[in-house]
Amino acid sequence: MPHTKKPRVATVSLAGCFGCHMSLLDLDERFLQLSDIVEFGRSPINDLRRFNERCRVGLIEGGCCNEENVQTLVEFRESCDLLIAVGECAIMGGIPAMRNTLPLADCLEEAYLDGRSVYNPSGRIPDDPELPLLLDRVYCAHDVVKIDYHLPGCPPQADTIWQALVAVLSDNPVNLPYELVKYD
Amino acid sequence: MTDSFTIRVDGRVIEARQGQTIMEATEQAGIYIPRLCDHPDLRAHGSCRICTVLANGRSVAACTQPVERDMEVKNRHPRVEAWRRQLIAMLFVEGNHFCPCCEKSGNCELQALGYLHGMTATQHPHLFPRRAVDGSHPDILLEHNRCVLCGRCVRASRDVDGKQVFQFAGRGLNRHITVNTEAQLDHPGLDLKDKAVSVCPVGAILKKHKHYGVPVGERKFDHDPIGSDVESHDQDKVT
Amino acid sequence: MDLPLRERIESVCRQYDRRRDRLMDMAIDIQAAERCISPEAQDALARELGMEVVDVQSLVTFYAFLTESPTGRVVVRLCDDIPDFLAGLDAVAEALSSELGLEFGQTSPDGQITLERTPCIGMSDQCPAALVNEVVVTNLTPESARAMARGLLRHGDPHRLVEHTGDGRNSHELIRAMVQNNLRERGPVLFGGPVTGRGLEAALRKPSAEVRAQVRASNLRGRGGAGFPTGQKWDFAAKAEGTRRTVICNADEGEPGTFKDRVLLTELPELMFEGMTIAAYAIGADEGILYLRGEYTYLRPFLEHVLGLRRRSGLLGRNILGHSGFDFDIRIQMGAGAYVCGEESALISSCEGLRGDPKTRPPYPAQSGYLGRPTVVNNVETLCAAARILEHGADWFAAIGEPQSTGTKLLSVSGHCERPGVYEVPNGLTLSDLLERVGAKQVQAVQVGGFSGHLIPPREFGRRISNTDLLTGGAVLVLGEGVDLIAMGVRVLEFFVEESCGFCTPCRAGNVLLLERMKRVAAGHGEEADYTYLAELSEAIKGTSRCGFGQTSPNVVLDLLRHFRPVLEKSIGIDPGNGTREAFDLGAALRDAERISGRRSTHHLAERTEHREAAPRKEVKIDGQTRQDTPKEGER
Ligand SMILES: Cc1cc2nc3c(=O)[nH]c(=O)nc-3n(C[C@H](O)[C@H](O)[C@H](O)COP(=O)(O)O)c2cc1C
Ligand code: SF4
Ligand code: SF4
Ligand code: SF4
Ligand code: SF4
Ligand code: FES
Repeated sequence: MPHTKKPRVATVSLAGCFGCHMSLLDLDERFLQLSDIVEFGRSPINDLRRFNERCRVGLIEGGCCNEENVQTLVEFRESCDLLIAVGECAIMGGIPAMRNTLPLADCLEEAYLDGRSVYNPSGRIPDDPELPLLLDRVYCAHDVVKIDYHLPGCPPQADTIWQALVAVLSDNPVNLPYELVKYD
Repeated sequence: MTDSFTIRVDGRVIEARQGQTIMEATEQAGIYIPRLCDHPDLRAHGSCRICTVLANGRSVAACTQPVERDMEVKNRHPRVEAWRRQLIAMLFVEGNHFCPCCEKSGNCELQALGYLHGMTATQHPHLFPRRAVDGSHPDILLEHNRCVLCGRCVRASRDVDGKQVFQFAGRGLNRHITVNTEAQLDHPGLDLKDKAVSVCPVGAILKKHKHYGVPVGERKFDHDPIGSDVESHDQDKVT
Repeated sequence: MDLPLRERIESVCRQYDRRRDRLMDMAIDIQAAERCISPEAQDALARELGMEVVDVQSLVTFYAFLTESPTGRVVVRLCDDIPDFLAGLDAVAEALSSELGLEFGQTSPDGQITLERTPCIGMSDQCPAALVNEVVVTNLTPESARAMARGLLRHGDPHRLVEHTGDGRNSHELIRAMVQNNLRERGPVLFGGPVTGRGLEAALRKPSAEVRAQVRASNLRGRGGAGFPTGQKWDFAAKAEGTRRTVICNADEGEPGTFKDRVLLTELPELMFEGMTIAAYAIGADEGILYLRGEYTYLRPFLEHVLGLRRRSGLLGRNILGHSGFDFDIRIQMGAGAYVCGEESALISSCEGLRGDPKTRPPYPAQSGYLGRPTVVNNVETLCAAARILEHGADWFAAIGEPQSTGTKLLSVSGHCERPGVYEVPNGLTLSDLLERVGAKQVQAVQVGGFSGHLIPPREFGRRISNTDLLTGGAVLVLGEGVDLIAMGVRVLEFFVEESCGFCTPCRAGNVLLLERMKRVAAGHGEEADYTYLAELSEAIKGTSRCGFGQTSPNVVLDLLRHFRPVLEKSIGIDPGNGTREAFDLGAALRDAERISGRRSTHHLAERTEHREAAPRKEVKIDGQTRQDTPKEGER
């Protein structure tokens, strides 16, 4: 394919479940249309793990639950013109943020030591130095960096993502109709 | 009749009667004023403040403010709508509303108000308070995390069911609903058929064993914005 | 042997004829005797009164001085109002805490002493001050605080802390308080001469409508802060439908920095009761209530005594002063630590034995107030002024002050000045004149009207104390140049968050959000966007709140934005420039995990963390002296 400069779109799943990415794939045949008008930058979709070029749009799934998420999100902010928080997790922390009402130590103890279904003969909370440190609570994307648009839903409907992408790629503001503003 | 007169709401002239609230008069005329704590079968409470309008230039709660002759009411006014967005956002962040795992989702009035106002994210940080869940009743769940302190259950139990199962306790951000017995919700007084159980606008009082009764797409607010029933012909949305 | 709890509670209920509307009094008595109103006590109370236990719980959990679990036998409540901070509160708090071996909020293991903080107790002119049970201690220093703590540990008797008593009736045997009046200026109206009782005599010689007409003609306006025309209020109540009517004197004096009613209650209670009786005659009331804030419990025996004297002199009771058919008596209703109960409809709720939620208006109290009766609620000073008007005439009163703002105003002056205290000044006095009189120099700002009032910058010191300019209940807090105004704003919002009744959304949640954002700004992590955020949030709270509480609580924020931009600008952090939010503090967010795992962040971001830790968060001190928070044992 001849390379005219197509806008690049990067995507990432931070503290999310990949459900929002599934919704992106749910665009079905429109996904092919999308591949015609954009090129994917750093994204699990093409397994590209680094930014090799600046991107027009970054789609953020998930909030930040650990230091690595923060680092990645900051990189996205630095490398993308526009950031779109996709889904409840990115917007307000979502299901992972249910831990936010408890101190981190309590969560870890419940998960690895005291919980009724825990089987953990080592009796230790995982502490391998390779593991990124957890944050005291789950932060939503705009707690950490500036976010340009929010697409609600868990996950947002494929239509929501489509309409938003089409709008921003054609330099229009994102205006979602009633049917597409849903929090579940 | 002398006790009947007109008022203007966003420029439209409507009939009103002495003794009516702004809410009652507008409702009758097919004008929807967004609301949360108010309920047609219960005495007005005036706590959510979402029904705030400008009446003769002064901000008042439509659900408690009586109409006056020639009153000039502003409902779809940019300032009022900005306030409402703030209030709705406040209600979301002061509790723990995880809509994706809430049985009320799709039929919830708070959520529907967010939809109506095109809210995608709140400008306020979530406070993530630590609140209790009371599952002691065999058939009813009281989920304080989602309570918006509208007092509907308090009024319904007291005024309609004649039981006084619920009451407010604490003050400030610590204000909460308390239940009338040491054995908590498992109170012989509270019955599935009680008005108090069915009036909760959010997923704070839920009937157990119901789960997600209605499929997505067929729930109350999936297609029709809240207030559509009042304002059946009015298509333009608040956003 | 002690009676069982049930019987003790029964006997309290009997004292109040088992009247549910006296639940406040019963609760206060039980709290004093039992040191708490436990769930068992609540249950017993409910049974005794034939009411639902949730209604008892609802009241008990509302008031700060009522508790569900036991306090110590002695409760030390250190006042943490702003003037106290300016006068060295921190060192006093530290001294008290270390000498008692208690953190604030703790009770000693032997159940003897509880240490707490409390909002303004009405002693801003002689602070730092504290309440020890009902005993007031003033002008605390670290040394006197230590001595007090040692004394309490030794003898446990708050009354023995009073080594010398104050001036005037503070030394009366029924008061015996170390409180000083600090009455710096006597004006012609309130402190112009002796209390003669001629106002009431004059009133009773006229038809009640004429009494009201005279008060209307004097142009007297409410002195409690809202400035409503008093004569008009009396007219509404007189003309409202109802068989019985009530006069309530608002002595809740909860607005931080206000203490002028304290001096009236101490020195001129006869004038105040005279004013109440005149109001009763004017509107046709047979019942009067003095709503006295819990903090002024030390004045209660004396006030009861004055009431007793008046009953014996025929100034209260049946056929007052021989005026047949004019029956009126007054009871004292104690408050129990709730600022919002100064709001007239919340105050009425409290008098009715309910939690102190304000009521829905309309109906207004004058139409339907206490127990549904037409009710006049007036401030202490208003009622005293009314008595003087009947004594000397409306014209005499109207000639003082300004045409639109007649008479004098009592001011409670505190903060950075040489002569803090109470001033009776003619309405219309400018702030700069006032500052001159009180001996204030190098003033950065004056807060007029207490926390709910306004912060006035020096360029506006030409403004007047007046109904048409600076309408105020009388609190004047002078803030010298060193004061950290943002820290002060944080303290003001903390107060409102603690005191909100929580009935309506904007005040309950909105003030918390305002506080959160102001704290962030105070810590030096503000963003440009915070200006808009704070302004819009403030406007929404003011615009939608249900009562005067939320309609004024954001004033301090709006005034800072309006008049003190440069001060705020210093708190705007450095924008990292890469789109990262300045306010996000990764170092802080990682602290828990670092402690739990025992290792430092291994990612590149560690650098960022270092950076944050190298520039430690500024600690918020109102007196402007930045101090480092000394890390507590076990904390990093
Ligand atoms: C939150 C709040 C607290 C108040 N506190 C007091 C108070 O402590 N004393 C007082 O006299 N008025 C207070 N007021 C004003 C009263 O509601 C009422 O206006 C006043 O007592 C009327 O008396 P006046 O007309 O004589 O001033 C307060 C108002 C609000 C909204
Ligand atoms: S928003 Fe829902 S679908 Fe998306 S990542 Fe979070 S949990 Fe998964
Ligand atoms: S109660 Fe309503 S707003 Fe709250 S989580 Fe449930 S659906 Fe969402
Ligand atoms: S439980 Fe439901 S009805 Fe009751 S106050 Fe809370 S939100 Fe309202
Ligand atoms: S504004 Fe609302 S929450 Fe605040 S004190 Fe008044 S009624 Fe209570
Ligand atoms: S609907 Fe009017 S205040 Fe809630």
